[in-house]
Amino acid sequence: MNAPLLQVSGLTKNYGSTPACNDISFALHPGEVIAIVGESGSGKSTLLRCISGQMEPSSGAVAYTHADGRVTDLFAASEAERRNLMRKDWGFVHQDARDGLRMGVSAGANIGESLMAVGSRHYGKIRASAEDWLSRVEIAASRIDDSPWSYSGGMRQRLQIARNLVTAPRLVFMDEPTGGLDVSVQARLLDLIRGLVRNMKLAAVVVTHDLAVARLLSSRMMVMQNGRVVETGLTDQVLEDPQAPYTQLLVASVLQA
Amino acid sequence: MSGPAYNFAYLNEQTKKMVRRAILKAVAIPGYQVPFASRELPMPYGWGTGGVQVTAAILTPDDTLKVIDQGADDTTNAVSIRSFFSKVAGVETTEDTDSASIIQTRHRIPETPLREDQILVYQVPIPEPLRFLEPRETETRKMHALEEYGIMHVKLYEDIAQHGEIATSYAYPAKVNGRYVFDPSPIPKFDNPKLDNSPALQLFGAGREKRIYAVPPYTAVKSLDFEDHPFSVSGWDKPCAICGSTTSYLDEVVIDDQGGRMFVCSDTDYCKKRRPA
Amino acid sequence: MAPILKIRKLQKTFTLHHQDGAEIPVLENFTASIEKGEAVAISGSSGKGKSSLLKLIYGTYRAGGGSILVRHKRTWADIAQAEPHDIMDIRQHTIGFVTQFLRCVPRVPAEVVVAEPLLERGEEESAALRRARELLAHLHIPERLWHLPPSTFSGGEQQRVNIARGFSARFPILLLDEPTASLDKKNRKRVFELIEEERGSGTTIIGVFHDAAERRKASDREINLD
Repeated sequence: MNAPLLQVSGLTKNYGSTPACNDISFALHPGEVIAIVGESGSGKSTLLRCISGQMEPSSGAVAYTHADGRVTDLFAASEAERRNLMRKDWGFVHQDARDGLRMGVSAGANIGESLMAVGSRHYGKIRASAEDWLSRVEIAASRIDDSPWSYSGGMRQRLQIARNLVTAPRLVFMDEPTGGLDVSVQARLLDLIRGLVRNMKLAAVVVTHDLAVARLLSSRMMVMQNGRVVETGLTDQVLEDPQAPYTQLLVASVLQA
Repeated sequence: MSGPAYNFAYLNEQTKKMVRRAILKAVAIPGYQVPFASRELPMPYGWGTGGVQVTAAILTPDDTLKVIDQGADDTTNAVSIRSFFSKVAGVETTEDTDSASIIQTRHRIPETPLREDQILVYQVPIPEPLRFLEPRETETRKMHALEEYGIMHVKLYEDIAQHGEIATSYAYPAKVNGRYVFDPSPIPKFDNPKLDNSPALQLFGAGREKRIYAVPPYTAVKSLDFEDHPFSVSGWDKPCAICGSTTSYLDEVVIDDQGGRMFVCSDTDYCKKRRPA
Repeated sequence: MAPILKIRKLQKTFTLHHQDGAEIPVLENFTASIEKGEAVAISGSSGKGKSSLLKLIYGTYRAGGGSILVRHKRTWADIAQAEPHDIMDIRQHTIGFVTQFLRCVPRVPAEVVVAEPLLERGEEESAALRRARELLAHLHIPERLWHLPPSTFSGGEQQRVNIARGFSARFPILLLDEPTASLDKKNRKRVFELIEEERGSGTTIIGVFHDAAERRKASDREINLD
């Protein structure tokens, strides 16, 4: 068995005296997709921010294993190292595409920036990659020089995904990637994400309140309530044989809907 | 004649000391923007208060000062600053590039090559080259610290995507000494090659933004570009209408109400000396 | 013959926390051993846990007690205790499951749905698709539908795509949960041909079947849960 890609140990984040995440541990293996589900306020977004290095936890550790086997302790590492990791090995898909895109520059520049950030300095190659990625996220290449402001919500989200995946990361964090979109747009986006994640053999941590998203994208689930993980397991285990009272309620309320 | 008792070069000694410390630090870390406590001056921001403070801090009674604005010695801004120092420091002033020991400039580098015993002081409106894409100062400082400069190429990318070439023609970003990306102030990119490996010390002062930075003598300054769109400067297809120079930076001058125009050197001193007597 | 699956004292109870903690017993002290290459039919009256047993073996239901030892990659793995990661590996290589319903992904074409278990195992795409098309043809899915996502298909067509998917990758152990439910006679025959083929190639079959006649046809022996 390979070393886990991400090892989260005893992670706690307090806001004042209130714990938003309480003693959370889990491992994510290469190519694995884990969904963190729970209602708003359950601490899932705080957890995501901590494990993706955007917020320092009150205690606990996050260890990342590089492709060459080297292990980085996220919060013991220098900020330079952490940011380098986030730029080269990781992606982060925000719920609101405006938070993940540079809205002031063209779609092509949004994709290109990721490449330039890791050292690409050949305009022609950068542009060709941007075109390729637009088509992979089903956006016409003719829209490459348009501003993301002229894009629909679904297109912006797909652009954000392209911007994240163009550098072929090993791990992608997604915060409610389909939240705030129309149902039909959601389905298309989920399909797209699922295909890309599989084809690129990406590992992903997906935060969602939507069990359908979890079912479609993830192989494993973590259910959170009041800052704690109340249940974990394979996605089909959690959905078909929920153990915790809260999970049973969550699953039952969805099936009735 | 007994004018008001100004301290030499207007600023008090404490302030000059503080500015000099900032300058020393700036020279020690080429291209790094050093914060300093910019003072009020008897002129508005935008008139070169940053440059004036740097000049005041380095000026000695033996110096000869030249001030240019867009290359010209005879514009309001240049004349005012020259007379300011003439009054508050009593230093000699000149329009001749070769005779000057300190040249304060707005938006140009003289055509005449500079020497080791000269200092070029730039007036800088916006010192932060990353601000175009990242407005947060906390973030841009971090980006400088960690050499995260990919974003600088985004602007150049946009230029090529929109215009087919890098259309940025002034304040063209460059990397100093292989480390810090800096904004050479709004000089035309035509002047960027003169920044590189210059024998003269180059100091940059931003009064409103309270930053000083420097390019020490003989320091590499490389303009940013793409492998397949290398940095280049274009000349003019006509020579200067007055002196006939084919290698200097030309300004377009409208000469009559019929829309007639001509191209002349922006560096007035250079042009004057080339003119047949 | 060597055993491939050893179930000891398996226990499963559903606790419904939102029905005053009601306990629904499903299996109590269930023990069985299944030999490699055997075809076993699970029988019993409705509600005796036939499907639940399959889901326990597949790891979808979590065992309340006991062990489910399966021969996986030259060792024994206990599904009742295994980590999710290990269960995924077991599902990729050792145990296949033909379920009753197809879980549709909206935009994936039928032939890819069928080929997926092979692709996940890292098999070459053209070979995987060739196998998928053979199975779709065998189960009378018209060729014009192969490139379309099954979400638009009729219930019967979806079920046949699902069966094709279940049979596309060969597993040492294949679980079948009433694979012929809702199929017509012609297609039922085709499914039994597939089961025959699997048995011929040495696959261990554990299945829940529609009636006694099907059980006799598809299995060597019966395990009755009554």
